[in-house]
Amino acid sequence: MTQQLTLEDLAGDAKRRNRERRVKVLFVAAGLVSIAVSILIILSLAGEAWSFISQVDLSSLWTVGWFPRRGLYDIPTLIIATTIIAGIGMLVAIPLGLGAAAYLAEYASPRARRWLKPTVEILAGIPSVVLGFWALTFISPEVVARIFSSAKPFTMMAAGLGVGVLITPLVATVSEDAMKAVPMSLREASYGLGADRAVTVRKVVFPAALSGIVASMILALSRAIGETMIVFMAAGAVGGALRTFNPLDPGQTMTAAIAALATGSDQVAGQGLTFQSLFFVGLLLFLITLALNSLSNRFVRKYREQY
Amino acid sequence: MTTSITRRQEATQADVAKAIQRSGIQWRSTLFHAGLLLLLLTTLVILLVLLADIMIKAWPTFAERGVSFVTDGLSLNPETAGVFTGIMGSIAIAVIVILLAFPIGVSSAIYLEEYAPDTRLSRFLDTTVRNLAGVPSIVYGLLGGSTDGKNVIAAGITMSALVLPIVIITASEAIRAVPDSIREAGYGVGATKWEVVRSHVMPSALPGILTGTVLTLARAIGETAPLLVIGVATGYFAPPGDATFVDQITGSYTALPVIVFSWSRQTQAEFADTLAPAAIIVLLVVLFVLNGAAIWLRNKTENRW
Repeated sequence: MTQQLTLEDLAGDAKRRNRERRVKVLFVAAGLVSIAVSILIILSLAGEAWSFISQVDLSSLWTVGWFPRRGLYDIPTLIIATTIIAGIGMLVAIPLGLGAAAYLAEYASPRARRWLKPTVEILAGIPSVVLGFWALTFISPEVVARIFSSAKPFTMMAAGLGVGVLITPLVATVSEDAMKAVPMSLREASYGLGADRAVTVRKVVFPAALSGIVASMILALSRAIGETMIVFMAAGAVGGALRTFNPLDPGQTMTAAIAALATGSDQVAGQGLTFQSLFFVGLLLFLITLALNSLSNRFVRKYREQY
Repeated sequence: MTTSITRRQEATQADVAKAIQRSGIQWRSTLFHAGLLLLLLTTLVILLVLLADIMIKAWPTFAERGVSFVTDGLSLNPETAGVFTGIMGSIAIAVIVILLAFPIGVSSAIYLEEYAPDTRLSRFLDTTVRNLAGVPSIVYGLLGGSTDGKNVIAAGITMSALVLPIVIITASEAIRAVPDSIREAGYGVGATKWEVVRSHVMPSALPGILTGTVLTLARAIGETAPLLVIGVATGYFAPPGDATFVDQITGSYTALPVIVFSWSRQTQAEFADTLAPAAIIVLLVVLFVLNGAAIWLRNKTENRW
């Protein structure tokens, strides 16, 4: 007599099915950790930031400078310094990064590319504390002080140049990926019309890779704004800063303000809200970089889907 | 009449000749090429100057002290100060990251790539991970600092949270690169999803995952800012001679990059002038070894489909 195949047989071993279910629960739980981390970040920042903003004297948010232990929380001081330093960084990183990316993607022979690209990636792997040290001990005395004789040892200029060196490889690698993603057929169409390589790069490859290039710049800007160590070490003003627009002055960014308060670099007698102000600045920083990253992700998705 | 035609023909010939030779465009083309090369070389020269400058500054320390600079602990005396305490702290942080961030990160990646069909949860998770990857490191420091532990365990957990999104993204990419035919071979012989993942997907994705995780480890070892916020020791400290293991992991600690930072602002000139650059060299050697290992791993085990 042949054996009848039942539904029970087809469903398989119960032990195996149970294990399958347990394993899946484990993976879902691991995935939820990231969501939990996000929620914890937002809660810890928002809680203290709220207690800061509800207790602080609002007029102290717009004064002569950022001196938290004296109760002067001039937010514009931090925003201006952050903008100046990130701006100088971008002025360095955009030409260097884009130039390196275009050369690697369009001109370099495969052999040259094999050692040029890892070299650029080495630069990307240098920790920011090293660049901070270098900005303070080399860029500041050897570069900034030689060009601007009036410059002090700690300047936003030196920090901005250091940040530029930090984010150049980021612009280079992300833009290079975008240019590599432009299909060969577009270049060939351009050559077929009689254009040479330079014209093709400028009029065909650049526009086609534009969303990726823009994404790399926004990403770099976000990194520049969130960078702590270079600014903390090279821009000085660890005890607070006056509001200034001069890049040759010391300055304190949002990140450096947090680091300075947390390490107690400004050892003036404490005042009630200094601890909370740290989280308020952190929340501000979090929201700005979150907005920039979402924008950059949107551009990246666009160039991924285009071809 | 005839002369004007001839003149027109002459003009046309000259135009054609010029167009074929394209001397104007060629000149600009060469300039463009040279400009791009110059920008790339500038980037490389910056890297070279940075490395050379730091090596020259660090040289006296290594020439005088040799290996003892690496095996000596913190000291207030520049003659005997070494980076050993920092190396131990960095290793402890790295171990916690390996134990915590890697299993959770790789599991999340498996969930995202293998289990989650395009659901609302998986899309939300994907967006969350991408956003977390862009959060400035010092914000993670604030997260860790709002708990009160000023020890190496708190530092390791904070660093794990910091690198978790990067682990997830690199592991996801490695898993996505495994072609579906490999999975289908498993399903074809009646394997369940987990069995396919364990015996088919993971072995193929492992080289990519390992490469990514080694690079992530380098990132965790080089980070400084979050440690400053959660209370790493930036000055001199020494555990008492009879300190137990528990005392050591719950007491003061420091890490290699933190030593670079704290020495660079010591009042004694030797610390900033020669000891900090020497500590940087030790840090860079550790990171280059990790990066080299990642590249070696990638070349050694690269799958070709």
